[in-house]
Amino acid sequence: MSVPGNGNGRPARSDFETIVQWVKPGARVLDLGCGDGSLLRTLKDTRGVTGYGVDISDDNVLACVTNGVNVIQSDLEVGLSGFESGSFDYVILSQTLQAMKHTERLLREMLRVGREGIVSFPNFGFWRARLQVMAGTMPVSRELPYQWYDTPNIHLFTIEDFEIFCRAHRLRVLDRAVLTGGQRVSFAPNLLGALAVYRLDLAHGAAAVGA
Amino acid sequence: MSASHAVPGSVGAVTPQDIAFEEPLPLKSGAVMPSYSIRYETYGTLNADKSNAVLVCHALNASHHVAGWYADDPKNVGWWDNLIGPGKPVDTNRFFVIGVNNLGGCHGSTGPASTNPATGRPWGADFPVVTVEDWVQVQSRLADRLGIGQFAAVIGGSLGAMQALQWTISFPDRVRHSLVIAAAPKLSAQNIAFNEVARQAITTDPDFHGGNYYAHGVVPRRGLRVARMLGHITYLSDDAMAEKFGRELREGGFKFGFDVEFEIESYLRYQGDKFSTYFDANTYLRITKALDYFDPAMAHGGNLAAALAGAKARFLVVSFTSDWRFSPGRSREIVKALLDNRHDVSYAEIDAPHGHDAFLMDDPRYHGVIRAYMHNIPL
Repeated sequence: MSVPGNGNGRPARSDFETIVQWVKPGARVLDLGCGDGSLLRTLKDTRGVTGYGVDISDDNVLACVTNGVNVIQSDLEVGLSGFESGSFDYVILSQTLQAMKHTERLLREMLRVGREGIVSFPNFGFWRARLQVMAGTMPVSRELPYQWYDTPNIHLFTIEDFEIFCRAHRLRVLDRAVLTGGQRVSFAPNLLGALAVYRLDLAHGAAAVGA
Repeated sequence: MSASHAVPGSVGAVTPQDIAFEEPLPLKSGAVMPSYSIRYETYGTLNADKSNAVLVCHALNASHHVAGWYADDPKNVGWWDNLIGPGKPVDTNRFFVIGVNNLGGCHGSTGPASTNPATGRPWGADFPVVTVEDWVQVQSRLADRLGIGQFAAVIGGSLGAMQALQWTISFPDRVRHSLVIAAAPKLSAQNIAFNEVARQAITTDPDFHGGNYYAHGVVPRRGLRVARMLGHITYLSDDAMAEKFGRELREGGFKFGFDVEFEIESYLRYQGDKFSTYFDANTYLRITKALDYFDPAMAHGGNLAAALAGAKARFLVVSFTSDWRFSPGRSREIVKALLDNRHDVSYAEIDAPHGHDAFLMDDPRYHGVIRAYMHNIPL
């Protein structure tokens, strides 16, 4: 079965709509694991943002250049040392976190470089995934389209896991959207949501401003 | 086959042109070039509003002969012919491309072997030391004469990339895109060290005569050979050399002597011999100095971002993983400085095995990125 996507661990684009709504016009955006640059292209066209994508793959770098968006070929696992602190309004990590080895470091780097982070990920707690595990196999779905032996996803986690992580790491949730089939889910999101999108900042930074 | 026979993708037979400049040129060193002549080639057609001009800057040993061939010398194909031509990544059906031999060169522009009008003899040792900034000034004067107010793009690899970068600093309003390939923002101590060994090889050659060898009817051929051999080592990666030559011997076994035995020795000697027949030693000395002196950040306390603050161009920076002369880390310094200024920049790090010379190779990922970038330049 062919899965709609850009070949970079981004099987669906249902989070793009939410991200586009959240990003303020004219903002400066860094899109990590930007794939073919289509999110940045959309943000440029509809929100007038400026910024850069970051991707490691040759094919995606070429696709971004073809799409007319700035792209920096780089490995996210080595960090974001090429980017100054606080140089972006938003740092976006769309459906990439589950494929990263250094989860904590990357989130820390995101919120060093950006004032806010936008993170989306497939929810491993989605009932279909639970059902497949109950039935004895690893989940394969629209959001998690890979077979266990051939997947870029190395850190599968649930909405509940992520929120525990955020509390433990003093990440403040500014906004959350949980989606299934492109529709917002508000009831029992960890069970009924296939994809989660978060807008975050650093809690202690906010405390300093508030005090 | 006749020379006029059209080869797909080639600009075909080309003719270099010379243009004389009588207005004195003040150089960074403080010296002044009273007058000079510049040789250049063009490919494609300048459009009505002159918005499609692309300048190609050459590196250490290349010239204005960037693409095509000469009717009387069809084997003499331009050094970046795989990149530039009709339908090629730098498409001469869209762009008007200019190749220029830099001042101080030995391929037709005024250089150390040219006649010094003040003495009637070759300039020789008296030819001033020229810099990347000086070359960019000369190129801008050539653009003036061709009626080109602003380049759609300035492109260069290695030392050529330094000129493409300098353009955005010296003339921010005259360049819309800068393609900076296999570059460094300044030479490292190791880079300068290699250049110094090359210069020493030349200046200690008994035929150098303090740079005035023309009067003695000789050239410091041995020095040039060694300089070129050394250069070649730095252009290739260890892997590429291993792949191409390994420890292959020209004949069966060791001969326990000092003649050519290993294939790599044969290759380097061949390259050195060839180079020493056509390249001017004084030009080599000056070009390596131009490399050593290039450091746009120096005037800004070492802050490259400050040096590039006034740039208005959009940038494409490309590096090659196996390039140890100007490694990807050097290109990332340039990218960082551009990012700090919020300039538009894309950066591709091409996983190519060829070393520094990869910028001259026909790698599909590399050429694909250049093609896509150039295609998106509006005219």
